[in-house]
Amino acid sequence: MSQASASTASPPSFDAGRVRQDFPILDREVRGRRLAYLDNAATTQKPRVVLDVLTRYYTEHNANIHRGVHYLSEAATQAHEAARLTAQQFLNARQTREMIFTRNATEGINLVAQSFGRRHIGKGDEVVITGMEHHSNIVPWQLLCEQTGAVLRVVPIADDGELIWEEFERLVGSRTKLVAAVHLSNSLGTVNPVSRIVELAHQHGAAVLIDGAQAAYHFPVDVQALDCDFYVATGHKLYGPTGIGLLYGKAAHLEEMPPYQGGGDMISSVTFEKTTYNEIPYKFEAGTPHIAGAIGLGAAIKYLTGLGFDQVALHERELLAYATDALQQIPGLKLIGTAAEKASILSFAMEGIHPHDIGTILDRMGIAVRTGHHCAMPLVRSLGVAATVRASFYVYNTESEVDRLIEGTVEAIRYFRNDP
Amino acid sequence: MTPESLDDLYRDQVILDHCRHPRNSGSVDLPDFSCSAVNPFCGDEVHFQLKVGNNARISEVGFKGEGCAINQASGSLLSEAIHGLTVSEALELSCDFSLMMEKKTCIDLGGGGRNIAEMGELAALYRVREFPIRVKCALLAWTALDNGIKDYLNNR
Repeated sequence: MSQASASTASPPSFDAGRVRQDFPILDREVRGRRLAYLDNAATTQKPRVVLDVLTRYYTEHNANIHRGVHYLSEAATQAHEAARLTAQQFLNARQTREMIFTRNATEGINLVAQSFGRRHIGKGDEVVITGMEHHSNIVPWQLLCEQTGAVLRVVPIADDGELIWEEFERLVGSRTKLVAAVHLSNSLGTVNPVSRIVELAHQHGAAVLIDGAQAAYHFPVDVQALDCDFYVATGHKLYGPTGIGLLYGKAAHLEEMPPYQGGGDMISSVTFEKTTYNEIPYKFEAGTPHIAGAIGLGAAIKYLTGLGFDQVALHERELLAYATDALQQIPGLKLIGTAAEKASILSFAMEGIHPHDIGTILDRMGIAVRTGHHCAMPLVRSLGVAATVRASFYVYNTESEVDRLIEGTVEAIRYFRNDP
Repeated sequence: MTPESLDDLYRDQVILDHCRHPRNSGSVDLPDFSCSAVNPFCGDEVHFQLKVGNNARISEVGFKGEGCAINQASGSLLSEAIHGLTVSEALELSCDFSLMMEKKTCIDLGGGGRNIAEMGELAALYRVREFPIRVKCALLAWTALDNGIKDYLNNR
């Protein structure tokens, strides 16, 4: 059993071993081995500061927000809104009212599709997405197109997992009302040229939604610099709790968009004849929100930014390079997604062995990876495989964990290749 | 779970043999009915084409699939096990198989009441129960068969 240690290639100022100590779950054993958690693209583990803040909220401050006159309600409201400020600064939105708390990135996309989409997108209009979208950035637009008679266009991708830019330029035109694209592909690790996408879409008068569910924890996101109209992220991939997400929208859009859901908090006055909606962002936050989740996300963002994005990015780049090299040494193994701009997500397929079987063998060795099509069925199919094994590395992963992944994969191959 | 049980599962000669060399692989001329099932969570697929002879017994089965070792082995084993059965008998066998894999909902349908010793080569899949998340891989083929037979009986 190898001890967790800092990647030897990392600069001395960054110590993955020390970061690991912040994550209690990484100490546990799975199947008799120290857990090697390499499924970070599915969800990241939570640092103690986040767990503590959740406990403290429920033990000291729990109350409903925006409505009580009592002390606890005021304290909870302040903590909730402080988290919104943290989120605003994190994505560099202009104002806190541009930050809407959602359940997850999926809900953010559905909100934009149903509220912005149904107001601005009609019969014969076009919505453009890319061939590497997660189901969450495909299905909401399909629903919208069914409802309105709009047409969904898909930009194809090349074999290496990069967008075919010429096709993008060809597909975006005067009928395009909205472009929705993933910032960082969850299946391939490809980082898309989102600034260029926004520029191209805006030249044609189309709005742009960027799905940042995977991106926001790998590198800093600046929605003002991107100039995108909407940006979605999810808390549980940012060291935060599940059930809390972020939607950024330009205030001008949010103000004229109709509510997504009706209920308490999203109104300023209600009579049975007429209801006046609350101002943004509250107009889009009907019902008691996930207060603890928002506060936990605020703590997670502070933890993440405290590590330093430069350090995190360097460590992840080194792990990616190390793992890519090692996996390529395995005969018959095919890396899926080899874009020039890539984050620490490694998808691979093995001739003659199904990813599930590799996944089960790795699991028995305490190594957690994802297998399947990663909620991007059209993409994975288009790359000529039924499924892949996906290992995704994060700030707390180490080279010794990569070594275990390689060992386990070789072991899986032995199981299936050794004809009796 | 010890590594030995993993060995048991993946070194099981029946499972390995069926997954490496699926039986009845391919299509059937003029099938009486076809059925498929897809697991949208993992992308596994199975497709069957069946011919029912004049004596009302399944006379030919064609199996195509894409997926893990357990899924492929299960589809291949199914294609052999139902050969020569009537469609109702095949439904019963499917029910027995589901019960063996602890899919209790099948009880309502009524099975043939086989115990494991009477399941033949299908018993090789019994140990998949030790890997609860993989049980669905073993059941996918049988789900396809159930639905296919029910549609076939309804449309006849």
